Amino acid sequence: MSRALVLHLGLIAVLFAAAFLLPAYHHGNLARIMVLAVYAMGYNILFGYAGLLSLGHAMFFAAGMYGMGLTVRYWDWPMILALPFGTLAAAALALLVAVLALRTAGVAFMIVTLMFSQAGFLVILYFNPITRGDEGFVIPQAARRLAGLDLSDPMNRYLAALVLFSVVLLACHRLVLSRLGRVLVAIRENEERARLLGYDVWAHKLGAVVLSGSVAGAAGAAYGALFGSVGASFAEVPFSILPLLYVLAGGAGTVIGPFVGTAFMFYLRDLAGTVTDAHMLVAGAALIALTLFARRGLMGLVRARWAGWLP
Amino acid sequence: MEFGPHLILALLEGLVQASVLMLTALGLSLVFGVMRVVNVAHGEFFMLGAVLAHVVAGWFGAHPALGFIAALLLAPPLVALAALAFDRTVLHRLGHDPERTIVATIGLLYVIQQLTLMTFGPEARPVTAPFNHRIAIPWIETTAAGLSFYFPWGLSTTSYKLFVVVAAFAASAGVWLMMARGRVGLVLRATQLDRETAQAFAIPVHQVYGFVFALGAGLAALGAVLVVPIRQAHYLMGGDPLLLSFIVVIIGGLGSLRGTVWAALLIGMSDGIVSVFFSPTLAKILATLLVALVLVYRPGGLFGAKPA
Amino acid sequence: MSLLLTEGLGRRFGGLEAVRDVDLALREGEVRALIGPNGAGKTTLVSMLCGRIAASSGRIHFAGREVTRLPAHRRIRMGMAYTFQITSIFAELTVRENVRLAVQRVADDAALELRVAETLACVGLEGRADQRAGDLAYGHQRLVEVAMGLGQAPRLLILDEPTQGLSDGEVAGFVALIRAVARETTVLLIEHNIDVVMALADRITVLNFGRVIAEGAPAEIRADPVVQEAYLGG
Repeated sequence: MSRALVLHLGLIAVLFAAAFLLPAYHHGNLARIMVLAVYAMGYNILFGYAGLLSLGHAMFFAAGMYGMGLTVRYWDWPMILALPFGTLAAAALALLVAVLALRTAGVAFMIVTLMFSQAGFLVILYFNPITRGDEGFVIPQAARRLAGLDLSDPMNRYLAALVLFSVVLLACHRLVLSRLGRVLVAIRENEERARLLGYDVWAHKLGAVVLSGSVAGAAGAAYGALFGSVGASFAEVPFSILPLLYVLAGGAGTVIGPFVGTAFMFYLRDLAGTVTDAHMLVAGAALIALTLFARRGLMGLVRARWAGWLP
Repeated sequence: MEFGPHLILALLEGLVQASVLMLTALGLSLVFGVMRVVNVAHGEFFMLGAVLAHVVAGWFGAHPALGFIAALLLAPPLVALAALAFDRTVLHRLGHDPERTIVATIGLLYVIQQLTLMTFGPEARPVTAPFNHRIAIPWIETTAAGLSFYFPWGLSTTSYKLFVVVAAFAASAGVWLMMARGRVGLVLRATQLDRETAQAFAIPVHQVYGFVFALGAGLAALGAVLVVPIRQAHYLMGGDPLLLSFIVVIIGGLGSLRGTVWAALLIGMSDGIVSVFFSPTLAKILATLLVALVLVYRPGGLFGAKPA
Repeated sequence: MSLLLTEGLGRRFGGLEAVRDVDLALREGEVRALIGPNGAGKTTLVSMLCGRIAASSGRIHFAGREVTRLPAHRRIRMGMAYTFQITSIFAELTVRENVRLAVQRVADDAALELRVAETLACVGLEGRADQRAGDLAYGHQRLVEVAMGLGQAPRLLILDEPTQGLSDGEVAGFVALIRAVARETTVLLIEHNIDVVMALADRITVLNFGRVIAEGAPAEIRADPVVQEAYLGG
């Protein structure tokens, strides 16, 4: 077993043990952090590995959340169907966005994804009678069941979040060490060279956007199911900025970075919450500080200083 | 009201909006054109201008005209100074790298917005216009006796709104003149064309960048000071100017001042008219999608060069 | 049979005809040198061959198939490899990762690491495999570039000024390397160092002002008065 695999399995084991050891407050936080970390890991596939900076991932998160939420609300779908459906909805949206947005690069790609996401947010508001975009809607407790388990129960919720987190973490571990992952890094580092090594750059980027959007969508669907609320605020611009912030903080292009960054920023905000409730202030200040002083993020720093093997 | 007077009214309101938008968008366009960076916090500089206008006007509470003039003279330079400070302390150290600059200005957006919320509060606050005469506008009607003028009820504007239009056009013309003639414009255009060569000709590129970033923010603040007696100052008011400026700058062609002016007039004028036909939300959806698709298919803008 | 064939190939940049009416035929297995003064259109020509830039006119056939409109990565997959004139490697990755990216497209998992090691040994970089490529000396970076070409086991290896900036010792090593490679691979070599050209080329094509002005065996080219005037003697 490689050191990286030991590290990732070790993290999962620690999180599992924490389920039974943590006090209720942190127990609840950690469940939320794990789902948000899945969102960040999805973002990291595109930003950290393929090198494409999206400012519109909230649309994928929201597509997953609403794909799940609307089918449950209006058609009484069970979670076992609604969760994959939400993920698929996000994948389909990601495919559409990718085909258009990948005609651009760099700053234009950032603006295009921002605009599409904003349009998505406005669409949710426009269909307010269906989406209840303004105030959001609650997934009834009776619908929040998966494989006979009540997902609103704190322990079940924590373990369900852990399962999703573990699957995505290990999948990212595999992806990064695979041929595909190496090609994505190659495209990030030097697109022209990658093309002239015979790699279809466009197809790989397309795949990266769809994969990244699907994982973000899965996180959105899971978030709605586990915490019971669906709303347009999850499609707003700040919610596109959060995964960027988490990934920058934890270390773009590291498997474990998104989790570290999410946990770090979550508790930083929590801490600042005792001083001010203007929580985006912390996010904004952190973004500036990270671009200035710590481009590589926490785990990027660890990799550069001590652990060159970190994937 | 009949259709004719109604249209005139919509055009007048549109013109006020278009002229302020032109000023704001010119700021964004200038920053993108010369520095090749996107300032996502542009709308917050606008908001900061409006909020400072309220604060400064408050110092001269007794006299609305004095308060407004003080706001007009003080708020834009203060905002420009804040922008300059941000450029010196942050953007300069990032080497004005396009992607990192966007991330940093996103951060700045939230810092300004949330700090304003914490200090200024969540309420919308007014600024009194220095003068505000109602100006009725005559319309022609055909009566049995032939053509005659009359003043339709509701067809009017105010002297202040006309002042806003004149002031915004004058300021835009000033920017235009500065760019087209004069040494400053030459230096800016040289920097825009080729940063390295400009540097080789001893142009202090980083000082130029600081100046442009401050100027862009100052223009947004100026637009806000002009418009704040008509609307009100609020900590979330930066979103719409940002979105509209984006639309203008992208449709007009990134970095093209001429395109920016035309697009601002077109969009500012049509915004009032479009919202007659569509719900504001639908209009916004169409506008954001339009911007995205223009960037994808016509990166030079609708008025700019054809795609390569 | 020709591995690579062009008919009337041309490229305009605005009003400038960088390459015009080039008919080129590369026999399978030969080492062809492409020479000519600076600005003669050599890099433009090979960029069209591998698909980095589109041809304005004419046709390109490779391995019995017309490839004029194929995107670059498809041509590379058919067996072309291109090494850049201006070193273009993955500077942030290790030397091994650079070469692995070239090899992994043509090798299955079982053979991958062995092939990577062989390719590294072939250019003499096995001792530096785990260094960051961007940290290498210039000459070694050129070797990484060449190794990425070789690692793809191409049918046609296009080398754009591979010896530029190398020391004499490094050039000698490079000549020996290409001699060995040429036993299995067709090579198209753009080269300014005329000693390298004479040592390696089976045939030489001379380009001037975007046109082919001469083609033949090294001895013929050396004796050609037109070439001497345009290039060698000038």
